[in-house]
Amino acid sequence: MTKLTDLNIATARDGLAKGDFSAAELAEAYIQAVEAGRDLNAYITETPEVALERARESDDRRAKGDHIGVMDGIPIAIKDLYCTEGVLTTAGSHILDGFVPPYESTVTANLRSAGAVMLGKANMDEFAMGSANITSHYGPVKNPWKAKDGKDLVPGGSSGGSAAAVAGGLAMAATGTDTGGSIRQPASFTGIVGLKPTYGRCSRWGVVAFASSLDQAGPMTQTVRDAAIMLGAMAGHDPKDSTSAPIALPDFEAAITGDIKGLTIGIPKEYKMDGMDPQIQALWDQGIEWLKDAGCTIKDVSLPHTKYALAAYYIVAPAEASANLARYDGVRYGLRVPGDSLDDMYMNTRGEGFGDEVQRRILIGTYALSSGYYDAYYIKAQKVRTLIANDFKAAFEDVDAILTPTAPSAAFALGEKQDDPVAMYLNDVFTVPTSLAGLPGISVPAGLNKDGLPLGLQVIGKAFDEGTVLNVAASLESAAAFNFKPGKGASS
Amino acid sequence: MSLDKDTVKNIAYLARMRVSDEKLEPLAGELSSIMDWIEQLQELDTDGVEPMASVSDVTLPQRKDAVTDGNCQAAVLKNAPEADEGFFTVPKVVE
Repeated sequence: MTKLTDLNIATARDGLAKGDFSAAELAEAYIQAVEAGRDLNAYITETPEVALERARESDDRRAKGDHIGVMDGIPIAIKDLYCTEGVLTTAGSHILDGFVPPYESTVTANLRSAGAVMLGKANMDEFAMGSANITSHYGPVKNPWKAKDGKDLVPGGSSGGSAAAVAGGLAMAATGTDTGGSIRQPASFTGIVGLKPTYGRCSRWGVVAFASSLDQAGPMTQTVRDAAIMLGAMAGHDPKDSTSAPIALPDFEAAITGDIKGLTIGIPKEYKMDGMDPQIQALWDQGIEWLKDAGCTIKDVSLPHTKYALAAYYIVAPAEASANLARYDGVRYGLRVPGDSLDDMYMNTRGEGFGDEVQRRILIGTYALSSGYYDAYYIKAQKVRTLIANDFKAAFEDVDAILTPTAPSAAFALGEKQDDPVAMYLNDVFTVPTSLAGLPGISVPAGLNKDGLPLGLQVIGKAFDEGTVLNVAASLESAAAFNFKPGKGASS
Repeated sequence: MSLDKDTVKNIAYLARMRVSDEKLEPLAGELSSIMDWIEQLQELDTDGVEPMASVSDVTLPQRKDAVTDGNCQAAVLKNAPEADEGFFTVPKVVE
């Protein structure tokens, strides 16, 4: 029999339904894996008791013949940006010390009512700001994939703990959040699937806010089918989030038909960057061939404002962050560092509670919103955002989906790019434009580079057309037959 | 766009964030290089372009102006670092 921790959501669902094993056995296998894998630092808080309790409840439901949810008995990690009732929630920050939410985020509540079993809260970049998971107050996360010389690699970020947990077999799947690439880039770095849904598809209620016009929750899984199953359990309209889309949920799993014949796939010429790694270009070309073989028409498209997306993002996101993070004042929750006056207390608390990268972004955001600079930076960036969204609108008049690489490189070593913020920001060059336009994007593991590290391809779709995105991604997945696990080479 | 030490100190004050004096100089350098890189946006002609605040084109929904929750003082104060007699407390602000 296969090891329980080698299963994915779809295969575990079948095994549980057939009674091959119980949800409690599955949870126990993962609790042991989590303990054995602590070196990765993928979790900030482990919740084995919660996991066992929910697994037993799931087994009881099944025994009694009660309604069984789509994720019933499935053990998952929750990014520590989601508020979980009664369980420490840190956002990877010192400033949320000891914060135990008295409420549950809508997405985790949805997952719970679908029967999912929470293994713990996954490590992440502080307030989801980072692309390497090195800014967490709880220490960096290690990628389960290692460099050839055995050196530790970053898992990407900001959902680095979620990605490392899924890739390292410490969770069957995980939730992530994506503001500029925080689901897709770590998925690419760790050889898993990561889906950022359309803005508005999943409720943001109860998810610690970074940049409210960009933040979106999504699944990080081992397969495209699993991403479809899990998205169905996470998504849906929520009156508590005014930007949550009041539209019906399609059956995402049913959208994976295996037939993508006749679809037109756009290839944006602006994503062919100067000095691009030839291995990334080769993988992209390979992806184009796979889609042609599957019966797609390939069409060159132009997204002319692509090169300005990152710069616009690094005004819009920090500006929104500086406003959102104003709430951490040492009064209502988390850390408080005493001071002689109210101002002094605010300054001490925020000076000590926020890490370097968060402070940098709050400063940029505050500067961009300050009197005299607001029009030159903030309004300018919002106008550029309109141009970028219009680029996609025009392209999607001719194509059904767009294919690009997910990230400009494979996972890099811990400690690299740390001293140059702009070099770190460039990690998100292929993912940020989609975020600015609010469109769905998925990263699928498509191959290994010459050092044996995973590389992902990104499929971008029209707003609320996750179905096509998943179907194209599933076709790439099956053509790529990516069957590698960290440290083990090809798995059987 | 170059930011000097005093500007950083002023922004940090606007953000109510204590930044130690020895960190001001390196931060001014880092922020200047980020803002220099962002300066490329000025190349683009954006005259007559509508600024985008949100991608969702739905009008903000309105609900009935009614109380929907409450009576949860203990839960509200539960995470406060210093709560007293049902209130959040702050350092004295009125002499």
